[in-house]
Amino acid sequence: MVKKSAERMYLVLIFLFLYLPIAVLIVLSFNNSKSRVVWGGFTLKWYQQLFHNNTIKAAFTTTIFITLVSALLATLLGTLAALGIHAMKSKKQAIMLGATNIPLLNADIVTGLSMMLLFVRFTKLGMSTVLIAHITFNIPYVILNVLPKLRQCSQNTYEAALDLGATPLYAFRKIIWPQIRPGVFSGALMAMTMSLDDFSVTYFTKGAGINTLSTMIYTEMRKGIIPEMYALSTILFFIALLLLLVMNFGSSRKEKLVKERIG
Amino acid sequence: MNKFKRQFLAGPYLIWIIGFILLPIIMILYYALTSQGGELTLTNILAIGTPIHRKALFLSLKLAFICTAICLVLSYPLAMILSNLRNKRQNLIVFIFILPMWMNFMLRILAWKMLLSNNGVINTVLESVGLPPLDILNTPTAVVFCMVYDFLPFMILPIYNSMARIGKDIIEAARDLGAGSFTIFFKIILPLTLSGVVSGIIMVFVPALTSFAISDLLGGGKVLLIGNVIEQAFMQEYNWNLGSGLSIVLMIFVIASMALMSAHDNEGGGAGVW
Amino acid sequence: MKKRIAALFTILFAVCFFTGCGDSGSDENTLTVLNYGKYLDPKAIEMFEEETGIQVEYEEYITPENMYTKYKAGSIDYDLICTSDYMIEKLIQEGEILEINFDGFSNLSNLDSTYFEFSKSFDPENKYTVPYFFGTVGILYNKNMVDEEDMQSWDCLWNEKYKDQIIMADSVRDSFMAALKYKGYSLNTTEENQLLEAQEILIQQKPLVYSYLVDEAQDEMIGENAALALVYSGEAGYAIELNENLAYSVPKEGSNMWIDSWFLPKTCKHQENAEKFLDFLCRKEIAAMNFEYVYYATPNKALVESLEEELQNNTTIFPPKEVLDRCEVLKTLDETATAKYNELWKEIKSTD
Repeated sequence: MVKKSAERMYLVLIFLFLYLPIAVLIVLSFNNSKSRVVWGGFTLKWYQQLFHNNTIKAAFTTTIFITLVSALLATLLGTLAALGIHAMKSKKQAIMLGATNIPLLNADIVTGLSMMLLFVRFTKLGMSTVLIAHITFNIPYVILNVLPKLRQCSQNTYEAALDLGATPLYAFRKIIWPQIRPGVFSGALMAMTMSLDDFSVTYFTKGAGINTLSTMIYTEMRKGIIPEMYALSTILFFIALLLLLVMNFGSSRKEKLVKERIG
Repeated sequence: MNKFKRQFLAGPYLIWIIGFILLPIIMILYYALTSQGGELTLTNILAIGTPIHRKALFLSLKLAFICTAICLVLSYPLAMILSNLRNKRQNLIVFIFILPMWMNFMLRILAWKMLLSNNGVINTVLESVGLPPLDILNTPTAVVFCMVYDFLPFMILPIYNSMARIGKDIIEAARDLGAGSFTIFFKIILPLTLSGVVSGIIMVFVPALTSFAISDLLGGGKVLLIGNVIEQAFMQEYNWNLGSGLSIVLMIFVIASMALMSAHDNEGGGAGVW
Repeated sequence: MKKRIAALFTILFAVCFFTGCGDSGSDENTLTVLNYGKYLDPKAIEMFEEETGIQVEYEEYITPENMYTKYKAGSIDYDLICTSDYMIEKLIQEGEILEINFDGFSNLSNLDSTYFEFSKSFDPENKYTVPYFFGTVGILYNKNMVDEEDMQSWDCLWNEKYKDQIIMADSVRDSFMAALKYKGYSLNTTEENQLLEAQEILIQQKPLVYSYLVDEAQDEMIGENAALALVYSGEAGYAIELNENLAYSVPKEGSNMWIDSWFLPKTCKHQENAEKFLDFLCRKEIAAMNFEYVYYATPNKALVESLEEELQNNTTIFPPKEVLDRCEVLKTLDETATAKYNELWKEIKSTD
């Protein structure tokens, strides 16, 4: 019993460590005073100002655009690459996977800087350079999620289907795709998470006037803290909460369905 | 489509690897090995030996070690408690502990800045109960605090995942055979979670070693990490050769620490994380 | 299947690269502006966009050195840049600046010609720049936290009383300026022993410093997180508006008087748009918006004359003659001297 309550205590302590800072931001977002400690009454004005702040709105749209487009392209490229790599002999496979590991393991700052050096040499920095950089560090996550699923697939079924006259595309759709789909989706999800949270790579590869939320907040913070940031934090926190809840319940319901079918 | 032909599906990716992974590395190597005039030189790499750079590198290593150690000490018991939860809502509780990770990295730094500033929440609370104020903003301590906060979920997740994979029957079997809690922990749980610990350490240590934004925003210009030195060489001093040289050194440190760790790890990188 | 996928990817790549070409093309009706942080009211940009249909790509930087790097990197073609006197001088010397065609300007007469005279120190023929704001560097302090007497000398930055309460500038020239002036030297000195002396006292000062900041200093002072800060006059003016405990002084040993101006860099691809924007900034109403946003002294005579008397006589914002008389303008340094300053500054920053 003592152990149990000690464990509870521990969970609560870590929970507080993780959530107190966020709670402070949320409380401040409703504070009708620019002060960080004095409560000046409840207000929604920071939210109103937030919705009128074009810098923040533009950064929000850019972030969503970059996240979705880079995750989509990375998923396409990465899934194809995984299919190709899976068909390779072990030596070639090792080389490809070695190269895949580079952006995954390398420091963000070095990835960002080295890409900046390349872009500056051959083109101008702009939206496309950020996209290319994001796709580059996203692909490995897709490959590493899809490849294990491919390895679990049975090769025989696919070949049998071909022997029975199925076109490769049909056989892929009916046999391979259902088996790798969870891997593709979790890869895409990871890619999105990585894009969404990236700062260093975007910071070094972005062109004039392009800002994601991370780089925008960075520049704003170096100019001083504006209360709209608290409102933005609150909104982003609840979006993340909502998305995770939906995904969590969604996936557990699906799991149940699958279990019922098998059982 | 036979196996041979299927290999070509990786074609576009191969082009991508060459264009956007290998070429940038060649570029940074080129800059690192030439002087601003364009002659071949090692000065940019050897520049890590100058007192300023050496100090920045040591400080980065020190803070990254401390941060990783704290994360490990905090996460291991947490992961153990979480994996032992006999609760329908186990998934939800795990999610609660990694949710902060989905809030923007910069906003998490902002939160700490708010808490730690001289007139911030923590000092106001301390003052109201008659305790001396905490003067840690603009010091390495603040930077470590924020790093731990930012990277903790990256340690919790892999350890929790490896812990959750241990079959309960193994532990029961051990107990039936007379093993005590200590034996079970050291002979079963610890060895089986080692790979999770290793990925956790890598996922915390590398960003902690190379970060520049946290020290920039919470260090008040007084905490100079190797990441800051590199960023300033590129963005302030317009000395890309020096910046590239130091980046190469940093890359070597990252690879070395990874090689050291992954000697124990067979799963590689962050693959087992989600 | 392979073919289809190949086709799909060709399209994707093509889209990717064409959008890439798109945002660096010069045929579009755009204007890429590079400016100090918090130095232009975003609403003014929106108004300009609405009025002219020109799309403005607005980018900010922190210190003049930061601007120089961004520009020299050549990764973005800037059309219009605003920066400080000595940096403009450097760029003029390097031949990086285009002449402005003043023919299309209709609001230029709003500007006080005194400031064009002033600009001659770095732009002798007044053909490269349009003055934007000017001011001094000094000390912003909190009357409740310091002794006002102390604030009349740079000595206050080295006063043990204010340990952990001092905000220094995270910028080479500004920090050295304070140290050099305190020691009674010129702020443009290149003499090694004077610089070393300045470095030594800046290192001594380090334990007293709460933080090294640029734009954030104002925010920290308003929040009363520190007692005194080395800032530009406009930041002080703005901070005093928001927190009446604050005040500003330009120390008796003298300080730096600076002027920030707009210029067209060689990379300018939309000269006409840039000139339109400059003319737009000289309009009285627009200058008023920017003045209220940044609170630095404006060379826009038309605007100054229409301000309330109280504001016109605000010595924090509009430095009086006796203050200007003891101020010096920063001159650009040659490459060796710049490298020397940078090296000494880096050493200061990395000492514990």
